[in-house]
Amino acid sequence: MYVAVKGGERAIDAAHAWLAEERRGDPAIPELTVAQIREQMALAVNRVMAEGSLYDPDLAALAIKQARGDLIEAVFLIRAYRTTLPRFGASRPVDTAAMAVDRRVSATFKDLPGGQVLGPTFDYTHRLLDFALMAESEVPPAPTAAAAAEPVPHVTGLLDRDGLIEAEPPGEDAPADLTRTPLELPADRALRLQALTRGDEGFVLSLAYSTQRGYGRTHAFVGELRIGRVAVEVELPELGFAVEIGEVELTECETVNQFKGSKTEPPQFTRGYGLVMGQSERKAISMSLVDRALRWQELGEDFTGAPAQDQEFVLSHCDNVQATGFLEHIKLPHYVDFQSELELVRRLRAEATALREAAE
Amino acid sequence: MSQTEATARRRDWMSLLARAPAARLAALAPDLPTHELLRAPEIGAVMLEGRIGGTGSRFNLGEMTVTRCSVRLGDAVGHACVQGRDRDHARRAAVLDALLQGEQAGRIEARVIAPLRAEAQARRGARAEKAAATRVEFFTMMRGEDQ
Repeated sequence: MYVAVKGGERAIDAAHAWLAEERRGDPAIPELTVAQIREQMALAVNRVMAEGSLYDPDLAALAIKQARGDLIEAVFLIRAYRTTLPRFGASRPVDTAAMAVDRRVSATFKDLPGGQVLGPTFDYTHRLLDFALMAESEVPPAPTAAAAAEPVPHVTGLLDRDGLIEAEPPGEDAPADLTRTPLELPADRALRLQALTRGDEGFVLSLAYSTQRGYGRTHAFVGELRIGRVAVEVELPELGFAVEIGEVELTECETVNQFKGSKTEPPQFTRGYGLVMGQSERKAISMSLVDRALRWQELGEDFTGAPAQDQEFVLSHCDNVQATGFLEHIKLPHYVDFQSELELVRRLRAEATALREAAE
Repeated sequence: MSQTEATARRRDWMSLLARAPAARLAALAPDLPTHELLRAPEIGAVMLEGRIGGTGSRFNLGEMTVTRCSVRLGDAVGHACVQGRDRDHARRAAVLDALLQGEQAGRIEARVIAPLRAEAQARRGARAEKAAATRVEFFTMMRGEDQ
């Protein structure tokens, strides 16, 4: 059967022209600049960087503008762009203990070295719409206080000193990379963390929430949540030594989880880990809960059939670019596929009718 | 000066040149001497790595855009690898890296590196002071049963 597959070009061009016009909105309203998005929609920018898996605030802001604020579309644009970049190498693993923290809170210890630092948080706001923001206004400067030059050690390090929490000894093996080799299951923890940190925030959040509600419960406490800037060091082959080439804002979450011990391990706390680009604490907490739930086998826990324990389920569905690509492709022309389905249904109906008539 | 010291100094200025806002670097060093491009400014990505639990095995966190450039200036070869996609930034940083290895080092150190160091410290300090103001100072309240 002949099926027309050409003829859409003019319509597509017109659709894209209209898209550009709709993107701009009312021309009487000043146009958004990429810098405005970068500075004033910073958490959207962070999300696009994290899920796009490319740290570049300007590009993320541009993607948000181009995508008319559709963050998954923006993530898609970033992912597409990053495939065009040559890879120069890998950084030294970032040292989050040396982070210049904007925020650092612990839900397990009240008094701890480095203190509880709230940072620019939505917590303790009343979630009432602030109509003052509808008008332009000057923001008064935030208060300052003398900064102590004390280190801000990881809370889990304090527990580790007493042997109360599983140790996390350094490993130097180069990690497998999702962007270079297709995901193979079972995936080791490093690969799972790479998938989770670029996974869809909503999906990872819902999975984490499901563990709290009992589907693979892990009894998590937020041992520590920290947000701030870490230096990025890269070994330059021409020089033979590592140089700090910039800094990135990251959010890190470490959960402390109950563990009653196993044949080989004494009763102690175990850990879940989240590390996400930008200021993304909902995502970092979610990631650490899901990370911990996925560790059931290694810790000798029961598989209860919970989705968050099932790495095939989690890792195959957490990527929103993959998900949206497959989901949305079904709206594109499937004339040939559908034509054959139509033929089939017609034939079955004809057969059913013939059978009924024969019986009568 | 020992080799280690020389390396430490170069690491320090390369880091300041890389982390400087590109516009600020251009303002501090507007005119570049004639130089030969060994590797024209090239935009690419570096994979950021983290460690599981902050201290454990390495894992891939995602990439970051970077621009690298190498130049020759007289006998010196200057390299730069800077965060972001600014070719002029990378080129300027590479030329300054070469200059800092030569006779003009003192002048560049005073005119470019010293201000960048002060400004980087000030930026970091300003955030740290705002963070310090949000540090919670707990005080224990007298409870009924203690009376």
